[in-house]
Amino acid sequence: MQILITGILLGGVYAIVAMGLSLQYGVARIMNLASGEMLVAGAFAAFWVVMAHSFSPYVALLWVVPGAFVFNWLIYRYLLLPLVRRAKSRGQLEVDSILVTFGLSFALVGIFLMVFGGSFFNYSYLSRPVEFMGSRYGLNRVVAFWIAVAICAALWYWIHYTRSGMAIRAVSVDPVSAGLVAIDVPRMSTFAFALGGAVAASGGVLLSTFLTFDASVGIVFTMKALIIVIMGGVGDMRGAIVAALVLGMTETVVARLVDPGLTLASAYLLFVLVLLFRPQGLFGRSTT
Amino acid sequence: MKTENSTCQTVQPLVPLCLRHAILGMVAGTLALSLTLGSALAQSSDPIRVGAVAPKTGALAGGAAVTFWPNIALWEQEVNADGGLLMEDGTRRPVQIIEYDDRTDPSETIRSVQRLANNDNADFIIAPYGTGLALAAAPIFDRLGYPMINVSAITDQVDTMTSRYDGVFFTLGETTPLAQGIAEQMVELRDAGEVGNRVAMVNVADAFGIELAQAAGVIFEQNGFDVVYNRSYPPTIQDVSPVMSSVIDANPDVFVAFSYPPDTFALTEAAQIQDLQVDAFYTAVATPFPSYRERFGDSINGVFGVGGVNPDSERFIEYEQAHIEVAGQGPDYWASAVTYASLEVLAQAIEGVGAPDRDAVTEYIKNNPFDTVMGEWVFEDQRINNYWTVGQWQDGKFHGIRATGDLEGAVEPIRKEGW
Repeated sequence: MQILITGILLGGVYAIVAMGLSLQYGVARIMNLASGEMLVAGAFAAFWVVMAHSFSPYVALLWVVPGAFVFNWLIYRYLLLPLVRRAKSRGQLEVDSILVTFGLSFALVGIFLMVFGGSFFNYSYLSRPVEFMGSRYGLNRVVAFWIAVAICAALWYWIHYTRSGMAIRAVSVDPVSAGLVAIDVPRMSTFAFALGGAVAASGGVLLSTFLTFDASVGIVFTMKALIIVIMGGVGDMRGAIVAALVLGMTETVVARLVDPGLTLASAYLLFVLVLLFRPQGLFGRSTT
Repeated sequence: MKTENSTCQTVQPLVPLCLRHAILGMVAGTLALSLTLGSALAQSSDPIRVGAVAPKTGALAGGAAVTFWPNIALWEQEVNADGGLLMEDGTRRPVQIIEYDDRTDPSETIRSVQRLANNDNADFIIAPYGTGLALAAAPIFDRLGYPMINVSAITDQVDTMTSRYDGVFFTLGETTPLAQGIAEQMVELRDAGEVGNRVAMVNVADAFGIELAQAAGVIFEQNGFDVVYNRSYPPTIQDVSPVMSSVIDANPDVFVAFSYPPDTFALTEAAQIQDLQVDAFYTAVATPFPSYRERFGDSINGVFGVGGVNPDSERFIEYEQAHIEVAGQGPDYWASAVTYASLEVLAQAIEGVGAPDRDAVTEYIKNNPFDTVMGEWVFEDQRINNYWTVGQWQDGKFHGIRATGDLEGAVEPIRKEGW
């Protein structure tokens, strides 16, 4: 039971880390390698709010979300849209966007270093235990998990039950046909990319409440997000959430019952197995 | 910091690589320029050029930002405030620091050292930060003829390295004695009836953690300890609570973690949240960081950690003040002061020789005592044999409690009373 809960807590956090990339890659077709850096930006914002104003780090969400949204909007509009227009095929766009966002990730790390310096950052927030069924869990992790659930649920509702959400799904399935039914594809893509950035940054706020981070830790989360998005099936939010929970659970079970040294190996083993037996991802449609 | 223009003009498939390098070069170049320009302008025409290669990004950047870079800045400022280093002919030459980011990548460390020697004509190069990076760079220091005074390089290969390379020095200690330090401390405390017999050990799965865990495990078992849990975890672990649950299930009396900064914080927090009750709690790197105290406050009273200093010595207090003024943060209570001491050695050796003559400086280091923030240093077989192995947080300060040699200021360990 304790393993189950710990695994779900970890999976919930992974879900929000991956959700941002899922929107950006699934809808806007941008394999954003700077996704982890957006997350770190959110973490720094939360750190700053706590240190300078001694507010709750979640106060940072109030301006991290709009800030990251606008920033990512601008990135897509001025950095990536020219690439989208120029790209002759989806493959070319992927290569181009990987290069640009890879460069962007270095630029962002450089900016973090200049502004905050390179040392480790963490702060103590809700670092107390909660008892549940005889085991103790960190309150900060539990709170982060529920906020992640709330954000995921809101996204889910929006994508599946609103008109603009349906447009997003349409673009994700087929951008060309979506254009034929009067969906403004560039606009929806920009929106999805900006929203993805905002989600990633809010994930950073959540993570900062219990993880020690530094300016260059982003790549770790980009990799995790990448694994989850591909495992879940590109462009499928449901898949990303399930994959995140499976990953969190696997890592916890292995750490607890086998050997904590094998958590990383188990994560990649899972990834390889999914690629071998379901290359389109858990919920992905096979490409024709 | 490398642009590698030659590759950029070659065949088509390399274009992506070029873009990456160009962006990297731009970012890094601007960074380096802004870092060195300020000091370069202020100084007279003929400075002694000192290269520094260490992570500003990558896995070890956080540690380097605490332990390495602030000391370089402090040393540069202190030396130049005196007008520079005194030369044979009575003139003073300021030092000019040239910084490179190796991105925690050994091949990049080696390239940067080569670049410092060949392109920047550095007179001296400060030893890189981090065991793996420093050991990777030792052969190139030797081949290019630069003395290398290592600090953050903890290994059991000191004998091999010093016999093979004439100008390589070690100052912070060797793996086995550091592991022995904590293990023997526990043996002593157990024999005095202070701690129980059951040990849980965890370690980060990289060279540092594995070497220390192996060395400590042997000593624990030889001394009749019951090792009830002994596992490693990967360096990028995101949740240590399953590890802590397993530790608690094993019901240990002593908890020993050969950990790195992020997991040192995570393990301590998990121990507090999940309420690990032990007689002795030990974590490794970052335990002596001031940020550890800021994060956990009084709850860490009695926590054991790797290394130590004598925080009450006059020299250390003076150094701590200067460090806070220059860096805006305090030094850590272990490798920071040793890093600064290694720079003092370099400065005193250059002044002793009276010229930036690398071979003569190497010889001088081998044959002379040095007056440093860590006390008097004499290199024996190219290494310092007196160093702190175990320290403990006591009333807001991290005191050295055990050393390999006879170091001044060791205090008695105190008992840990819950969290």
